[in-house]
Amino acid sequence: MATDSFRLTITEARELLRKRELSAVELTRACLDRIDAVEPLLNSFITVCADEALAQAREADRRLAKGGAPPLCGIPLAIKDIYATRGVRTTCASKILENFVPTYDATVIARLRAEGAVFVGKANLDEFAMGSSTENSAFGPTRNPYDTQRVAGGSSGGSAAAVAADQCLGSLGTDTGGSIREPASFCGVVGIKPTYSRVSRFGIVAYASSLDQVGPFGKTVRDCAIMLRSLAGADPADSTCSTRPVPDYEAALSGEVKGMRIGVPKEFFVEGMQADVENAVRAAIAHYQSAGARVVEVSLPHTQYAVAAYYLIATAEASANLERYDGIRYGVRVEADNLLDLYRKTRARGFGAEVKRRIMLGTFALSTGYYDAYYLKAQKVRTLIKRDFDQAFACCDLIATPTAPTTAFRLGEKMSDPLQMYLSDIFTISVNLAGLPGLALPCGYDAEGMPIGLQLIGPAFGEEIILRAGDAYERSGVLTRKPAVV
Amino acid sequence: MATEKTNKINLDQVRHIALLARLELTADEEQRMLGDLEQMLEYVDKLNELDTAAVEPTAQVGDIGAAMRDDVVATCDDPQSILANAPDAREQMFKVPKIIE
Repeated sequence: MATDSFRLTITEARELLRKRELSAVELTRACLDRIDAVEPLLNSFITVCADEALAQAREADRRLAKGGAPPLCGIPLAIKDIYATRGVRTTCASKILENFVPTYDATVIARLRAEGAVFVGKANLDEFAMGSSTENSAFGPTRNPYDTQRVAGGSSGGSAAAVAADQCLGSLGTDTGGSIREPASFCGVVGIKPTYSRVSRFGIVAYASSLDQVGPFGKTVRDCAIMLRSLAGADPADSTCSTRPVPDYEAALSGEVKGMRIGVPKEFFVEGMQADVENAVRAAIAHYQSAGARVVEVSLPHTQYAVAAYYLIATAEASANLERYDGIRYGVRVEADNLLDLYRKTRARGFGAEVKRRIMLGTFALSTGYYDAYYLKAQKVRTLIKRDFDQAFACCDLIATPTAPTTAFRLGEKMSDPLQMYLSDIFTISVNLAGLPGLALPCGYDAEGMPIGLQLIGPAFGEEIILRAGDAYERSGVLTRKPAVV
Repeated sequence: MATEKTNKINLDQVRHIALLARLELTADEEQRMLGDLEQMLEYVDKLNELDTAAVEPTAQVGDIGAAMRDDVVATCDDPQSILANAPDAREQMFKVPKIIE
């Protein structure tokens, strides 16, 4: 097998591994060499786990030799550094957790480990998943594999860039307001945020608990379907995790879209969005129509309020979730004479600017005298946003939109204006507020060669239909995928 | 540069919120925070365009509380590795500054 096996999809590698035409060790070595070669340009990883990965690969080869190995056995994956990994430091890209070594695995990590997956490293992110560009990392920004002067998106920017640059075959991210879909779009890969409660979050550092969800990145929709099946399902350690049976997502990929009703919301084609993005998304919708799908106009009238509602709800929840970083049980401590000063100095030193900003906004929104006007108001608007989707899904099977209003922006471009940064999630945030599944996949390139993302939104637990539609588009060959330039 | 006199929030409130949030802010950070919060609070004001008097709030979505399990006590098999993450620990305890005078 050629040494460029790092370029394989999971689907292709799985076949070669099973036939023993490729070994997990060879494949893992190829990915680790690739990481060595391009990591200085990208900074996709906070921690690379070469020795651990090779040991896992050797074990995977033993299982593969016996036959009947699970789908992800021997597949090199990158893990967003927000998942607890036993014995491997988990930083959340924060100074406050710089040296934190979890004593247990997140449930989904334990599941993948049991399948024989290989973890090549912990991927970079915005600190505590707060950001849209991975520039808020205490370990430096991740750069876009299509243009290293541009951001990879965020907050799961390292996970997206690592897949785009073939440093791994697939990866895991988290998505609270678009943190899987926006970087997938910016880096020209596929990412899915499943329905809220579809995947266990035990062992994943909490940002905004009513919105956070776990999901995979892949080079293809099929690869994401394969990974999602391994991730999803009930977990006794996470009472918010659904007990519904997990479908065979790969079996849903029939390639057929005939008769599918695709809703197109006019509120997602707004003034000021990049023309190339609008054109590419409209072309993808036209393709579905020519393949036999029915396009129906739908309305999501409260879309314009989603960012405002999100930044009150998410920051309020974050302010509570991040109370635990106090310098007592783990993480960095700044010593002081009394406990209050110890807390205040530790948190001042440990958290970055964006995390402090969100803790402050959230604390304000929950504080006496402001709770009703801000937090409760936002929760009521959340109801209206969810209702919009309920009504839209009464007359369509899925909804197609752009993933982000622009392609990847330049490093530093939005760092001085938090609100402008927040608005890059304008098309993804409402999906989290409504708890729905959203799939982002490449549907074109702008004039400068930067990838454009199509977003397919499904009803709750409608992962199969959006994966089927995404896979059908991919298989049609209407888009010729361009590889990253690094 | 933000000034102390703003519409939605003032410097005293910023200091109060920082205390509630257990964050020590420098004078520069206080000023920057004042400007940033003012901008965000002005932006989220657009929610007041909507009449929500008759709307119930949504706190959670999805299959909530679907997973139940028996409440069984389990033992931690490795207290030392947990304590190894602590900035200051003694035997099986986390050490903190004196909290009672």
